[in-house]
Amino acid sequence: MATETTSAAEASAPGMPQLDVTTFGNQIFWLLLALVAIYFVLSRVALPRIAAILAERQGTITNDIAAAEDLKAKAEEAEAAYDKALADARAEAQRISAETKATIQADLDVAIAKADAEIAAKAAESEKAIAEIRAGAMEAVTEVAKNTAQEIVAVLGGKADAKSITSAVTARMKG
Amino acid sequence: MEGDIAQMGQFIGAGLAAIGSGAAAIGVGHVAGNFLAGALRNPSAAAGQTATLFIGIAFAEALGIFAFLVALLLMFAV
Amino acid sequence: MADEAKSGGGLEFHPMDQFIVKPLFGEAGDAVHWYTVTNVTLWLALAILAVIGLLVLTTSKRAVVPSRGQSIAEMAYGFVYKMVEDVTGKDGLRYFPYIMTLFMFILCANFLGLIPMSFTTTSHIAVTAIMGFGVFFAVTILGFVKNGASFLSLFWVSSAPLPLRPILAVIEIISYFVRPVSHSIRLAGNMMAGHAVLKVFAGFAQVTAVAPVAILGVVAIYGLEVLVSAIQAYVFTILTCVYLKDALHPHH
Repeated sequence: MATETTSAAEASAPGMPQLDVTTFGNQIFWLLLALVAIYFVLSRVALPRIAAILAERQGTITNDIAAAEDLKAKAEEAEAAYDKALADARAEAQRISAETKATIQADLDVAIAKADAEIAAKAAESEKAIAEIRAGAMEAVTEVAKNTAQEIVAVLGGKADAKSITSAVTARMKG
Repeated sequence: MEGDIAQMGQFIGAGLAAIGSGAAAIGVGHVAGNFLAGALRNPSAAAGQTATLFIGIAFAEALGIFAFLVALLLMFAV
Repeated sequence: MADEAKSGGGLEFHPMDQFIVKPLFGEAGDAVHWYTVTNVTLWLALAILAVIGLLVLTTSKRAVVPSRGQSIAEMAYGFVYKMVEDVTGKDGLRYFPYIMTLFMFILCANFLGLIPMSFTTTSHIAVTAIMGFGVFFAVTILGFVKNGASFLSLFWVSSAPLPLRPILAVIEIISYFVRPVSHSIRLAGNMMAGHAVLKVFAGFAQVTAVAPVAILGVVAIYGLEVLVSAIQAYVFTILTCVYLKDALHPHH
């Protein structure tokens, strides 16, 4: 066992392969090659690229936050403008509504007055017509009564003059 | 092979050296346990000290690895 | 080999066989020269491909709203970037690509090593020692270049009482030079131990009586190993950051 280390180059020996000095040169050579390769890959390609990506993301985030702030301010402005417009419109609407109401009231009043006048005129006319009709009717009735009385008197054989009949009918009709 | 007293000495020595690994385990447990106790007492400060924790564990463990190395050297290299 | 046969009694344990470096082409017993294409080469190449796949291919669209793959790449980037920034400060970010290289390599190599029948490159001390000592020397040289001789104040604990300071300085210096050793052996040891334990449990599955328990054990240990793979990559990276911080700001 103790002497086996010296012959550790025999690959199947159960000694510690880590202490096999004959392979050190090989490992060190390839390790240095690998480390240099990784170093160049990292320092030339990977690290600048990742740094650029991270910086770009940082920039994008900052820009986006600024843009969001901007948009928020704009939205607030727009909201204020909207509120103002809404209030204006409401006042305008109220004003228009009041004006319209007043106009309509005035129109209505005029129309009502006119209608009243017309109605009054119509009523007077109608009354006049009724009075005329009544007078017409009375005359006709008197005529009919005179004629009838004359006829009746003639039938009865009497001879009546128009004058006495008229006065008689008039007296009757007054009674 | 039989009756080789030097080899017996090697193995006994390697076994004794391996005890050092257990001692390192005690050390690592001590570090981690104390860290945990401190971290539970003041959790806000714990996050910044994990690096220190690992450094402490690494130092404690290195000595255990030395014992392990001595054991291996006795087994294979002497 | 002899002790396996003796302890076995029918059971076959080869927990270390998975770590053997062997040529990819040719006979198993062929000599391994420094230029030989071995299984190390294969799995290192796969680790490179995994890194490229994770970080380059997923981000090829450069989408502002990331896809799933791109989120992973961005998360890995952000994770390491934040770690470097938190630990070393702003001036440490210059070294971020190096640290990211280490992190991505170790993470991918650890996870690739978890594929059954694969080879774990990070379980080899030669591999981790190169990284550990590489970090150590780089950081030490950087410390002297940046701070000059005042870098040595790292070892002179000015907050301690004066008589204690020389003793502390000796301890600090020793611990400073142990750093690369522990740094590299921690990673290799963790990976090696975990994979060896998996193999041992798998070996128990040969006995019918304990096979269900052994397979459950393999599943549990495998889950633990997934965790350990990520944590060790994290630990290696954060310790690199800590050492870098000491080099940039040596004053306590």
